[in-house]
Amino acid sequence: MLAYAAGTLPEAFNLIVATHLSLCDTCRADAGAYDALGGALLEEGNAEMADESLAEVLAALDDAPAPAPKREANGDLPAPLHSYVGGDLSSVRWRPVGMGVKQAILRTSKGATARLLCIPAGAAMPDHGHHGTEMTLVLKGAFQDADDYFARGDIEVAGKDVQHIPVADIHEDCICLAVTDAPLRFNGILPRIWQKFARI
Amino acid sequence: MIRVRDVRDKQAFAALFEHFAPRIKGYLIKSGADATMAEECAQDVMTTLWRKADQFDPTRASVSTWIFTIARNRRIDMLRRDRRPEPEELTWGPEPEPDQSEVLEIQQESARLVEAIATLPLNQRKLIEQAYFGDMTQAEIANITGLPLGTIKSRIRLALDRLRHAMK
Repeated sequence: MLAYAAGTLPEAFNLIVATHLSLCDTCRADAGAYDALGGALLEEGNAEMADESLAEVLAALDDAPAPAPKREANGDLPAPLHSYVGGDLSSVRWRPVGMGVKQAILRTSKGATARLLCIPAGAAMPDHGHHGTEMTLVLKGAFQDADDYFARGDIEVAGKDVQHIPVADIHEDCICLAVTDAPLRFNGILPRIWQKFARI
Repeated sequence: MIRVRDVRDKQAFAALFEHFAPRIKGYLIKSGADATMAEECAQDVMTTLWRKADQFDPTRASVSTWIFTIARNRRIDMLRRDRRPEPEELTWGPEPEPDQSEVLEIQQESARLVEAIATLPLNQRKLIEQAYFGDMTQAEIANITGLPLGTIKSRIRLALDRLRHAMK
């Protein structure tokens, strides 16, 4: 959260944090506190501006107000995802990756990868560990692994020490936004071959 | 800021500029921009402040917090040409007149936060600053300072705990 406020995360992680904040008021309040810390730190340092600076800026001011940001909730996806997907869930261009699982990789800058995953109700993802950090945010349905149950808006943060088999809840297909900064580490040989094709 | 927003007062804007532009420039230089770029970018942030003034809501953030978020987003554009996704706008319903006590509370909190940061032990304050301004991950800070990653994490956590405590 500190890194999101500081603006030092790769774009894909910014995307998942912004999406989570759209669904979680507690974390949104936290994020506000981290912004306030940034504001307070801003008061500390100081570098002299050029002499003519203020005059130039004043001369260039006009009265055209900036258009208000359009980030309202509409449709079935939180607003931060809209521009990445090109609309709501119905506009996602899913590609099957085997075992009934579908994915759509979202275009973000390098450093981390963001993808939407659709896991059929009751289906399991292959057993895997992590070379880096994997964040998974539930958008629809729910999933669980050995330790926890995750529903819409919940986010799971798995690091190098987590090895798990996420299973989608049986009531409906589970759609997640998953962000990774390093490839997953699959245990089975078949998933490892599959991994090459699915770019997970 | 309120005068800039409500009556488009250029004198009030000039006063904000005198105070904040050098601070924004300082922040950008610490984040790795060269002086020319930081100068240009700080001017830009102040212009944005003028143009977006109607979006400023004193019950949600102090002026310095709001300016920090504009400067941070501008820095991401400038240094990385990344996009920064922002959360959905909350719909607060019909907005009554801003409650003056809420505005005052936010101002006082900001002032206390500045004081609390000043009383942090130097090593903790430095790490918090680097985390915010250095455009570095904790692992990169570890490389530069030679401190073990665990120490950095615990110092940052300690610093955040202290700040939280000071704000209670």
